[in-house]
Amino acid sequence: MKTLPEAEKLCQELVRELKPRIGPKTAMVGLYTGGVWLAERLHKDLGIKTPLGLMDIAFYRDDYAARGLKHDPKRTKIPFDVNGAELLLVDDVLYSGRTIRAAMNELFDYGRPQSIALVVLADRGGRQLPICAQHVGAKVEVPDGMRLRLKRDPAGKLALALETDRAA
Amino acid sequence: MQRNPQLNENGELQHLLSIEGLPREILVQILDTAESFAGVTEREVKKVPLLRGKSVFNLFFEPSTRTRTTFEIAAKRLSADVINLNIAVSSATKGESLLDTVANLSAMQADIFVVRHASSGAPFLIARHVKPHEHVVNAGDGRHAHPTQGLLDLFTIRHYKKDFSKLTVAIVGDVLHSRVARSLIHGLTTLGAPEVRVIGPQTLLPAGVEALGVRVFHDMKAGLKDCDVVVMLRLQNERMRGALLPSAQEFFKHYGLTSDKLALARKDAIVMHPGPMNRGVEIDSSVADGPHSVILPQVTFGIAVRMAVMSIVAGN
Repeated sequence: MKTLPEAEKLCQELVRELKPRIGPKTAMVGLYTGGVWLAERLHKDLGIKTPLGLMDIAFYRDDYAARGLKHDPKRTKIPFDVNGAELLLVDDVLYSGRTIRAAMNELFDYGRPQSIALVVLADRGGRQLPICAQHVGAKVEVPDGMRLRLKRDPAGKLALALETDRAA
Repeated sequence: MQRNPQLNENGELQHLLSIEGLPREILVQILDTAESFAGVTEREVKKVPLLRGKSVFNLFFEPSTRTRTTFEIAAKRLSADVINLNIAVSSATKGESLLDTVANLSAMQADIFVVRHASSGAPFLIARHVKPHEHVVNAGDGRHAHPTQGLLDLFTIRHYKKDFSKLTVAIVGDVLHSRVARSLIHGLTTLGAPEVRVIGPQTLLPAGVEALGVRVFHDMKAGLKDCDVVVMLRLQNERMRGALLPSAQEFFKHYGLTSDKLALARKDAIVMHPGPMNRGVEIDSSVADGPHSVILPQVTFGIAVRMAVMSIVAGN
């Protein structure tokens, strides 16, 4: 198996790539859990002025009928006016696209943003919906039955990891 | 061993019938989920799509305004369709049995039954007979249980006090007729509150109430000393049979919560009441409207707690 790219390096590349598009209307929302870690890093390194939004899409998932509500949904906090904002939506890994659809539905219940761009650390392909990311750290091939996840160690260092997908 | 009628084969919450017998993890799960729903109730669009296309039947065999309304709001904020049935003035008076009423509503594609009934155990009976995809939530049965009220009380306490492990909680008044008190006592002991007190005259405390793990006080001043939380109960006139009390005035003198009595509790004590309040009977207006009162926040939290309960059971 090929080695996974270094998450820290991908972060730096994303910061360089995103820098030119940061303006006064830029706001950022991270998706729990890995997307929040990445968003915290990008938000700080890009010096975005509006406070960071945190989102748990548990109440908007499309598999609720099959799987029920997950056990510990976090409280979504959007501490800025979504109306007219140029949003950067941040997640760690892009796969089926279902999480992003749910996140956009939830965002529109807060208001009408001017635009939304998707930022992900890793794109593993396998889309089931017509969704693509505007800013991708790296494309990563993931074997069937495995899950790609972002991890954060106690010192705050980010790393990608492969693990067996329990849901598969 | 017989399975807990509230849980499915995976140990997940299938119906909410009583706090008694629910494991700590499920209580915490409901409170945590309600915390996230509280965020939804603060935004512009107070709605999430979880129960879209589901039907919630509010079956109230006993009158209620607050509980029925907050269940209705909660179901609507989950995008469910809500049908309110005031059974006290419908089929039951024509002689239809409880299970026949439910079977008919089930034929109308119900997903959740929210049941209030004057007879203890009615929601359990319904839960035993519904289809596997149907869920029952007890909205108060007789003197037995009122689990969503107990949960919203627990949510309120956790919101203001953060942690149950050092709390002294007093429940005051008509414990005998109170399903709220019973549900709250079970919840508090399950979540590890070290001291739960009940305060009231002998005639309004159930025989053997100590067995629930509470300390009994007949003197309110002694009972309120150093309490963190004071829960006042409504004097339930409609449930009174026989001469349990000399008079409402006499009750207020001994067990009504006044500012003077509240001063014996901790400085940062919170005062709760499940409503509807009898001002001047169990609580003085200066306390009900005073800085320690969290009675109206309780009502608001009740919506988030009922959203949590319905979305958890309907998903299991």
